[in-house]
Amino acid sequence: MKTIIFLGFAMTVIPSLLATIPDVGTSALDYSGAAWSPYLVGALIGVLSMFTFYFSDKPLGASTGYARVAGMIGNWFFPKHTQSLKYYKDNRPAVDWEVMLVIGAIVGAFIAAWQGGELTGEWVPAMWGARFGDDSFGMRFGAALVGGVIMAFGARLAGGCTSGHGISGALQLAVGSWIAVICFFIGGIATALLMYRF
Amino acid sequence: MAIATESPNKAFDKSPLESVDKGGPDKDSPTKKEFSIKQLILGATFGIVFGFLLQKGGVAKYHVLLGVLLLEDFTVIKIMMTAIVVGTIGIFTMHSMGLVKLHIKPTRYAANIIGGLLFGVGFALLGYCPGTGAAALGQGNYDAIFGVVGLMAGSYLFAEMSDWLSKTVLTWGDRGKLMLPELVAMPLLTFLLIWIPILCAVLFFVDRIAIR
Repeated sequence: MKTIIFLGFAMTVIPSLLATIPDVGTSALDYSGAAWSPYLVGALIGVLSMFTFYFSDKPLGASTGYARVAGMIGNWFFPKHTQSLKYYKDNRPAVDWEVMLVIGAIVGAFIAAWQGGELTGEWVPAMWGARFGDDSFGMRFGAALVGGVIMAFGARLAGGCTSGHGISGALQLAVGSWIAVICFFIGGIATALLMYRF
Repeated sequence: MAIATESPNKAFDKSPLESVDKGGPDKDSPTKKEFSIKQLILGATFGIVFGFLLQKGGVAKYHVLLGVLLLEDFTVIKIMMTAIVVGTIGIFTMHSMGLVKLHIKPTRYAANIIGGLLFGVGFALLGYCPGTGAAALGQGNYDAIFGVVGLMAGSYLFAEMSDWLSKTVLTWGDRGKLMLPELVAMPLLTFLLIWIPILCAVLFFVDRIAIR
């Protein structure tokens, strides 16, 4: 009896599992991984955050830099209006530590990719191309633009991003940071599965 | 013993972390030192190291970031959890020695949850987050340019609504600078002695089950 149940289970469940195996090229594991051990990189980022606290009295956080640059651009076109906004009264739109952090990150990643022979120079990521077509430029740019808008709005509302909440806030045991980072993944997993697995 | 000199009631009323200085409000004033040349150079230096590490960790790659959201590639989790373990031990050790100040962000349940979910949706659509997006651009993923423009537009959109949001969503469930040990009413050290092994156990478990 047990054997029959098992066989019935195997015959119904296994084919349905096989059917959900993604098309070639739409799995992350079809592509190259990290150059260095993630544990080494993670530990060094942990040490880096100790340095930023000690030398700059600042937690690592990337999203504020974008907000400040956006404020500077707004200040250029509509100075009165931009300066009247509550967020920019509390956060001066100027080049500061966080803006330099983001600019530095672009340079640092270029150095790492150049040194490791991993410079890509591509307009559409290969995995996106495998799913939505290699010539889906407009769709990719639109998704990136809209995604950026939603992400920045969410980051400002939540109070930080993957680095500000996900690393700096989480390592300081902030309750809000742990809630935010869990919600980042809930929202992200649901959306990514809809994009790639349905 | 110090505790014997206090009345029992007072000891109970005390938050377990009352003595922990959580840092002042994170607002700018023109005199704040972050705008000094030294801070700008430090910011750029830390940024270069950060971007270098993100690229070497593979998290400037679109498929590695989508991979964690598709629950296939756990590189992001491994990096974040390791950074949190090392950083937690490091920051609280330095804090106990009086070397650093904490910068706890306020806990606002509604804003953390709504903002967090929105962030996640945007993260999947763009495929990069603000830090890794900068790294992706540096690595040559030019689609990140559109993400950067979107990030700036979204930040400005938030600023447009910041007055209204600060009176509504941001006040819902505002608990201030709440820390996990306070939530479970434990002294900091006791909490850390339980918390760090839990994080390590999760990390070990992820390492066992994950293909990558």
